[in-house]
Amino acid sequence: MAQTPRSIATTESRPVRWALTTLALLFIALFLLLPLVSVFTEALRKGFGLYFEALKEPDAWSAIKLTLIAALIAVPLNLSFGLAAAWAIAKFDFKGKSILITLIDLPFSVSPVVAGLIYMLMFGTQGWIGPWLNDHDIKIVFAIPGIVLATVFVTVPFVARELIPLMEAQGSEEEQAALSLGASGWQTFYRVTLPNIKWGLLYGVILANARAMGEFGAVSVVSGHIRGQTNTIPLHVEILYNEYNFVGAFACASILALLALVTLGVKSWVEWRTEQLAARDRANAVDG
Amino acid sequence: MSIEIRNIAKRFGNFTALDHINLEVKTGELLALLGPSGCGKTTLLRIIAGLEAPDDGQILFHGEDTTEKHVRERNVGFVFQHYALFRHMTVFENVAFGLRVRPKETRPSDAEIKRKVHELLNLVQLDWLADRYPAQLSGGQRQRIALARALAVEPKVLLLDEPFGALDTKVRKELRRWLRRLHDEMHITSVFVTHDQEEALEVADRVVVMNKGKIEQLGSPSDVYDKPATPFVYQFLGDVNLFQSRVHEGWAHVGDARFAAPQGQTDQAVVYVRPHEIDVSREGGAGALSGVISHVRLLGATVRLEVDVAGQDAVEVELTRERYLQGDWKVAETVYLLPREARVYVPSAAEWTDGGGI
Amino acid sequence: MAFKQHSVLPGFNLALGYTLLYLSVIVLIPLAALFFKSAQMPLDAFWHTVTDPRLVASYKLTFGASLLAAVINLFGGLLLAWVLVRYPFPGKRFIDAMVDLPFALPTAVAGISLATIYAPNGWVGQLFAPWDIKIAFTRIGVVIALTFVTLPFVVRTVQPVLEDLEKELEEAAASLGATRGQVFRKVILPTLLPALLTGFALAFARAIGEYGSVIFIAGNMPFVSEITPLMIISKLEQYDYVGATSIAIVMLLVSFALLLVINGLQWWSAKRLGRRK
Repeated sequence: MAQTPRSIATTESRPVRWALTTLALLFIALFLLLPLVSVFTEALRKGFGLYFEALKEPDAWSAIKLTLIAALIAVPLNLSFGLAAAWAIAKFDFKGKSILITLIDLPFSVSPVVAGLIYMLMFGTQGWIGPWLNDHDIKIVFAIPGIVLATVFVTVPFVARELIPLMEAQGSEEEQAALSLGASGWQTFYRVTLPNIKWGLLYGVILANARAMGEFGAVSVVSGHIRGQTNTIPLHVEILYNEYNFVGAFACASILALLALVTLGVKSWVEWRTEQLAARDRANAVDG
Repeated sequence: MSIEIRNIAKRFGNFTALDHINLEVKTGELLALLGPSGCGKTTLLRIIAGLEAPDDGQILFHGEDTTEKHVRERNVGFVFQHYALFRHMTVFENVAFGLRVRPKETRPSDAEIKRKVHELLNLVQLDWLADRYPAQLSGGQRQRIALARALAVEPKVLLLDEPFGALDTKVRKELRRWLRRLHDEMHITSVFVTHDQEEALEVADRVVVMNKGKIEQLGSPSDVYDKPATPFVYQFLGDVNLFQSRVHEGWAHVGDARFAAPQGQTDQAVVYVRPHEIDVSREGGAGALSGVISHVRLLGATVRLEVDVAGQDAVEVELTRERYLQGDWKVAETVYLLPREARVYVPSAAEWTDGGGI
Repeated sequence: MAFKQHSVLPGFNLALGYTLLYLSVIVLIPLAALFFKSAQMPLDAFWHTVTDPRLVASYKLTFGASLLAAVINLFGGLLLAWVLVRYPFPGKRFIDAMVDLPFALPTAVAGISLATIYAPNGWVGQLFAPWDIKIAFTRIGVVIALTFVTLPFVVRTVQPVLEDLEKELEEAAASLGATRGQVFRKVILPTLLPALLTGFALAFARAIGEYGSVIFIAGNMPFVSEITPLMIISKLEQYDYVGATSIAIVMLLVSFALLLVINGLQWWSAKRLGRRK
């Protein structure tokens, strides 16, 4: 963030600046840092030995595996959706575009619990196609497919949201140039569009991934909480916590907290890189 | 490769961008589409390229209808106004792009691509920048790379959208001459769009002057400048003084001066005189307009006098510096203006005439 | 005018078709199922379900706590955005990245962690215990949890606007004799207002639906500290699908209303700032 220093006319006196900065940092420390730190201290309260014991427990392992499976399916699906939606919305003009954008954002404004419930109503035993599924011995809710569906639902908007403004800002002149040079549609997409949006794409994917691995409410409704089978890490954390197994609960939670830190790290790195590239381009563009 | 434009029309909502245009671009010529912004020139260029679809009409390349052909198959080289260089590719890769995306059967070998790209980069005199990225180039350099990229696919037609629009004056003049020389070497049928009359007159073999989706005039640079077909062309190409006048017995009168006028239904007329086609003297004579010098502006090689003439807007007179020094003109002195050339426009008349002059 | 403007770029039908199909299967049809399910129910039964006193108590808590959390973040978020944009201090990039923690940290993790900190024997809870103030397992705990999960919204909507604010505006105001306070009230605040309100509304909307972080700290006592999403869960646990659906309908209607408000605010904000959306 290269900023020109502010003149005395447009900033506050030193004590005011100091007081405001302190207040802001206290706010952050109390509300954000403290909970984060407590996850790790609670997890390690009884030492590293018990910490790793807790993680090696078979139910914890199966929760980790299920979480990875759900994310591995949900994230690529929403990646493909995000690309298609952004291509249609950013590169073309058509009627009803703003309605479509609102619909894409819809999962963000629906409570996760409601998101889980709608799949119960579709696929549950009392649901729309529940009886048919039952007859054909297909399990969706209280099984892995339901967990994946709920995870997909809550992460639908992430990639699309990052890409739409980015692609709108870039316009479509480069694509037109590629086509005029004889490139096919796929070649244009693969060689011109994709390299231009890769950072935004990465950004969307890591945010979607963090949410997919950490989703609680929606998954909780459709999971059925069968230990070792339909528990994701967040659900396993809940069970352990309610059984007063705090070390176990916080040990599993610490994995998710680490994931969150990695997510934030990658996110800042992407932002930093984008800034650096922009600054370099500005510095290097010399007329002559 | 000739291009025939038949009855092309295009509307955007309620706005008529092109109103049934007919035009032929001859093989090997360099044609300028000249006009103010919004006149439809860029839309026409994009329709020729296949980047835009016309509502009506046809485009023929060498007598063959290409209206329905995709831009990919038209084999045109298009140079975008803001260059549209691929920002994530080096200069080399940008130029190589059109060759690399060819289907396997017709794609040249890597060695062949390398040879070809360097040949083109040498042609645009930028071989030393091959490994740079577009963001690291100056505007003029980007322009030349964009051209090299377009030429790499050996287009039958070269289309340039405001090729010098985004450059500063000095670079623009250099590139202009360079483009002309390049065209003289390659003889590729080329069309470029510009709003700068000087650019069109200097570079093009023929100029199409457009206004409000229509062609006002088509001709050689000297034709459109010396024999403007419409008042619009006259005003658009170079500075001009306008005199409001009334027609009486075949003559348009401006003060004591009179100009031959065409037959029209009204007696309203406008007389057009270019600033450099006016003589200034201290003695009055037949057909001279008297006025008072209000400003003298020294513009380098030329000098511009502003003269207040009764009943008219301020009249601009352009003199060479030499003649100005000879005359030793001063502000507030009374002078007589003698137009050497003038054109008279009567709104209701079909044609407008050469009003002669004294 | 045609449905779609002509474009030379390919793939529109494929991209839009896939987008619509995907949205329908994942989002729209399941949501429609919810409305169909509720349509099977007579209106008075629906009304009876959604006005159950225990449920009404949960509405009050959910709305009240969400509102309070959003207000806390309105001020806290403005302060944070202000300090992050304007004042240099060591570790700024780290703090800036940390603001997004509530988006990245799973809600259940936040929930158990907050419950532990604010429990009477926890790091913060023990500071209040001597005065007999309980935070965890009360309504205050709910507010704390909601403040945590909605913290980034105001910061992230206000920050870019504050960054783009022209320094010349403030210099002009100062040169015309305004004090720093006047400049803030009359020049800066009005410019930030649309962004502040948008962030506030986003935070409020998120808080209404929040579940994971709240249930651990709330204590979930009927009539006292039960939030509405929890009521859906408890209906489901009793296999009362109709009851759960009714509550979900109420929540969805509120969400849609808030979505409209937010879209309106964003439109206003874009217009105010003279940007094209």
